[in-house]
Amino acid sequence: MHTRILPILSAACLATLFAACSTTPEADKPAASTERGAAAPAPEVTARKPAPTVDLTARGRDDAAALKDPNNILSKRSVYFDFDKYEIKDEFKPVVEAHARYLREHPGAKMLIQGNADERGSREYNVGLGQRRSDTVKRALILLGAKDGQIESVSLGEEKPQCSDHGESCWAKNRRDDMLYGGEY
Amino acid sequence: MQSFRLWFVCALLFAPAARAQLSIEITGAGAQRTPIAVAPFAGENTLAPSLSAIIRSDLERSGLFRILEVPLLQPALTEASALNYAEWRARLADALVVGSLVALPGGRFETRVRVDDTVKQARLGAVALPTTREALRAVGHRAADYVYEKLTGEKGVFSTLIAYVVKRGNAYELQIADADGMGDQTILKSYEPIISPAWSPDGRRIAYVSFENKKPVVYVHSIQDAKRTVAANFRGSNSAPAWSPDGSRLAVTLSREGGSQIFVMAPNGSGLRRLTTSQAIDTEPRYSPDGRWIYFTSDRGGTPQIYRMSATGGEPQRITFEGSYNVTPRPSPDGKTLAYIARNGGKFQVAILDLANRQVQVITDSDRDESPSFAPNGRMILLATVVNGRGVLSAVSSDGRVKQRLTTTSGDVREPAWGPFID
Repeated sequence: MHTRILPILSAACLATLFAACSTTPEADKPAASTERGAAAPAPEVTARKPAPTVDLTARGRDDAAALKDPNNILSKRSVYFDFDKYEIKDEFKPVVEAHARYLREHPGAKMLIQGNADERGSREYNVGLGQRRSDTVKRALILLGAKDGQIESVSLGEEKPQCSDHGESCWAKNRRDDMLYGGEY
Repeated sequence: MQSFRLWFVCALLFAPAARAQLSIEITGAGAQRTPIAVAPFAGENTLAPSLSAIIRSDLERSGLFRILEVPLLQPALTEASALNYAEWRARLADALVVGSLVALPGGRFETRVRVDDTVKQARLGAVALPTTREALRAVGHRAADYVYEKLTGEKGVFSTLIAYVVKRGNAYELQIADADGMGDQTILKSYEPIISPAWSPDGRRIAYVSFENKKPVVYVHSIQDAKRTVAANFRGSNSAPAWSPDGSRLAVTLSREGGSQIFVMAPNGSGLRRLTTSQAIDTEPRYSPDGRWIYFTSDRGGTPQIYRMSATGGEPQRITFEGSYNVTPRPSPDGKTLAYIARNGGKFQVAILDLANRQVQVITDSDRDESPSFAPNGRMILLATVVNGRGVLSAVSSDGRVKQRLTTTSGDVREPAWGPFID
């Protein structure tokens, strides 16, 4: 299990780095110095480096709203898994990365990850399978910078299906992790 | 296999009001059933339900007896009557049960039961049971246990209890009932799932997993006073409780250290000690009856299989080898066999493994079986399965011959656990 998840996570980390680069402001190229004929060279005037803002207004209300804003990726809380598989599929990596960023930026935030399994087989073994899924996402979040103390990973086994029919289309919806933030559970 | 349907008349006649009670349907019986006559008990009409009817239905349900019709006898036979063995042989009875319900001073009663072998023409035994109006059904089961033991040499389980979970709508109820499904009582009702009930060896408490805190937590519930204590609520998931045979320890599956691993602790959660150390799922622990071993499910070999380790931990040895999905180990009360759930071509069925010669026998023909649970005498196994899309309980004899189905009028029934002998 460990060996399978490592490449995925390193890819996820790279993607995060990449995203960070592309959003870096363009203004940090050195500004051209003014030409003054043959006069003695004056001390070079350097452009100000961009000063980061401490934005207290962005805290609390706005961020909590982001978790519920349907246009914000943070409102996506479920990660679905293939049959008998426990790695995070490509389509869910951005969701996991977004939540890792949120947890990193909000060290006081707490998350409960509930892993789930489809209905086939033993209820208790399915608790184990759901736990393996929730542990997978927890580990990914921690590798992406969240703190262990912020996240509790648990399993609901097959007990809380999203879909209650008997067949693969339904089972696929039930093999999932749900991420809940403090106050939501 | 002979198959017939028999709804117990007494279940219909004496069901208290219209309740969603379990009723039992026999769907298969033993090949060799001993023909037996249970005469109406003298004086039993003064109290309902009828004692002889309870004894008949209990014996019938065991699958070991064929209950013969008894003509109206005048005067009624009692335990003191002189029996005409030849006459009962002529009615094809190998055994005869007679008795009486006697009113004593002070409003109390006594139930007297006598068992005779009509082939050997000998009395096998007689007993008198103190009886109250309220406990009449319990006395009937005690009397049936007495008859069963006299005739088979092994203890009867008619006066034991079963526990199970009923899901109706979005509510879950943990119930206990007589082994015949009568007298059900709800001991816990919740809007969140309840799984894995496990009786303490003294039959006074039930450990189970409740999801009322949005995660699995193990509780120990005292039946008489409805006191619940948290046994395991560590960070992560807490599940799969199993009592040690002396009741002093509880094995559980915890994810507190990552993954699903087996730990052991006192039933109040103290003295926690980790027993397994793997990267796999290790769960569903069960003690052997002698307390020396813990059987459990693990996918450490790639697929879920049953393993066994010393009850104090140590290197596990693999027990199941056939097939790619063998889970939920349940050692028989004599420790000689192991019941578990095996997947055979997409069907989940109860299998029995002989631990001495390693022979495996699949004993059910249903396809979504779960949670097998031995009767304390080892003769029957209670299990959950699905019929027509609904969860029902069924019971099968450990040789696979006798089959019963326990159904309710509404709801899904699952997670059965057969209680211990209570003295």
